[in-house]
Amino acid sequence: MSKVLLKVEGLKKYFPIRKGFLNTQVGDVKAVDNVSFEVFEGETLGIVGESGCGKSTTGRLLMRLLEPTAGNIEFGGKMLSSLSNSEMRKARRDIQMIFQDPYASLNPRHSIGKILEEPLIVHGMGNSKERKQKVIELLKIVGLNEYHVKRYPHQFSGGQRQRIGIARALMTNPRLIIADEPVSALDVSIQAQVLNLMQSLQKELKLTYIFISHDLGVVRHISNRVGVMYLGKLVELTASENLYAEPLHPYTQALLSSVPVPDPTFEREQLIISGDIPSASNPPSGCAFHTRCPFKKAQCSSVVPNMQEVKPGHYVACHLYDAIQH
Amino acid sequence: MTGAIDIKKEAMASQERAAGPWREGWRSFRKSKISLVGAGIVIFFIVLAVFGPYIAPQGINEQDLSKRLLAPSSAHWFGTDDFGRDIFSRIIHGARISLRIGFFAVILSVIVGSLLGILAGYYGKWVDTIISRIFDIMLAFPSILLAIAVVAVLGPSLQNALIAIAIINVPNFGRLIRSKVLSVKEEEYIVAAKAIGMRDSRILFSHILPNSMTPIIVQGTLAIATAIIEAAALGFLGLGAQAPAPEWGKMLADARIYLLKAPWTMIFPGLAIMLTVLGFNLMGDGLRDALDPKMKS
Repeated sequence: MSKVLLKVEGLKKYFPIRKGFLNTQVGDVKAVDNVSFEVFEGETLGIVGESGCGKSTTGRLLMRLLEPTAGNIEFGGKMLSSLSNSEMRKARRDIQMIFQDPYASLNPRHSIGKILEEPLIVHGMGNSKERKQKVIELLKIVGLNEYHVKRYPHQFSGGQRQRIGIARALMTNPRLIIADEPVSALDVSIQAQVLNLMQSLQKELKLTYIFISHDLGVVRHISNRVGVMYLGKLVELTASENLYAEPLHPYTQALLSSVPVPDPTFEREQLIISGDIPSASNPPSGCAFHTRCPFKKAQCSSVVPNMQEVKPGHYVACHLYDAIQH
Repeated sequence: MTGAIDIKKEAMASQERAAGPWREGWRSFRKSKISLVGAGIVIFFIVLAVFGPYIAPQGINEQDLSKRLLAPSSAHWFGTDDFGRDIFSRIIHGARISLRIGFFAVILSVIVGSLLGILAGYYGKWVDTIISRIFDIMLAFPSILLAIAVVAVLGPSLQNALIAIAIINVPNFGRLIRSKVLSVKEEEYIVAAKAIGMRDSRILFSHILPNSMTPIIVQGTLAIATAIIEAAALGFLGLGAQAPAPEWGKMLADARIYLLKAPWTMIFPGLAIMLTVLGFNLMGDGLRDALDPKMKS
């Protein structure tokens, strides 16, 4: 196994709920609750989950675009979670982000040249001529042309804009890229192009990705390892092939069985879970999933299951596997 | 063969040039006839303001008491006032005063208002509370009353009238830009700017401000019209321009005792005010249609 690039321990983000005239705090929305994982250099870690499960919040916490309520984030030997604001700003040079909505993530009043040059200016990299050269170089790398420099975002298609977003993320030669649903706003045909571009860039530039998505197929295609989130918690984390071949957590099993298969004759056992996602402001006691779990045991509603390594490299937080462990 | 490629490249290049967001605004502004008329009126008065002294047949203070209160004629197009001064010349000279007060009062309140509004909108919390409450207090006064109070404190003069008008307009711009900043700062490109590692100051002035400017430009144009009326009102009350300055409001006030005997002494300054205000309003409406994305389909 290669080196650990990013290590997250006990990451929490609680948004306070305030009410009334005096703005008294009446509770918390536990958007991310005690999440721990590691990212190895050169790999792609996928994070999947339903909308509202805290996967995007996790991404933003890692860059400290949101301040974590608790937890440690260690990146390349540096403790990101304890850096001052200005140190953190400098550290962002090594961690960049690709955003979900390519229509909203580019400033409509700036030309492409300006958008791409800005990260270099901000981090004081190169002189004007070198910067312009780098802009053109990266435009070509992501499959655009030199003459696009003077154009404005509205003159591009969604796929092209996402390429620009990727080029912007690459400007500062980052080591880690957090991609927050980078293809979910794109057509399926364009999704494949962008994913392939991301994969070839990863090989060429030795990048590490954290790939956040709700699309299980896309995550399977691009990830080496996958983490599954439910209601702010990481419930399963393992290599991509293990997860899809043998999901252990009942929630993962249900998620995977809901993926449509392009074969009308295929019959499968479907694990259908009932009910809605509970509210993150009032999560169930014990295992967050016990209200919908078909295999619920007595202790599930009272004891929070810990992440345990059930098989080599296969972590799951579920009481069903307690016996195996002991 | 290479020729064809060159042509294609050129076509691409020319396409690029014509694409900035401002240029698109101008393109749709041009389509509306009525706003072009407004812009025409505004430009006409700007020309008057700049070249007034060269255009006007007489100076502002050339009195001829033998020619008091003459009706409009070929010698005096707009007639003469109670001192025998040529009203036409005085109105031309007055354009400079009114436009200057309109422009500078608005620019001043845009600068102060935007700064306060952008701070309130971006930082929120107690900064927002303090700034917004100050705006609320200022808006609780009728604006002309507040202006009178400011002039009363500073002393009546044209410059103080300008300052007073600037002050009473600050909360309008402040609130406008604050609300715009509140929506712009949640845009994903602002999050992206933070993710890149930008400082707050750069985010504020290079990303948030340019994207919050369009309503200010529209409101500013319309506010020039109001500022001109307010200046005229202060002049009318004797709190703005002092005699013998040819300020339109002041001219109206001085002429009011001759309303029945020599109505042209009031009609023409009044028309000048009306026309300028109309021009700015038409232009402002046109700008709103052209620049405000909400009005676009």
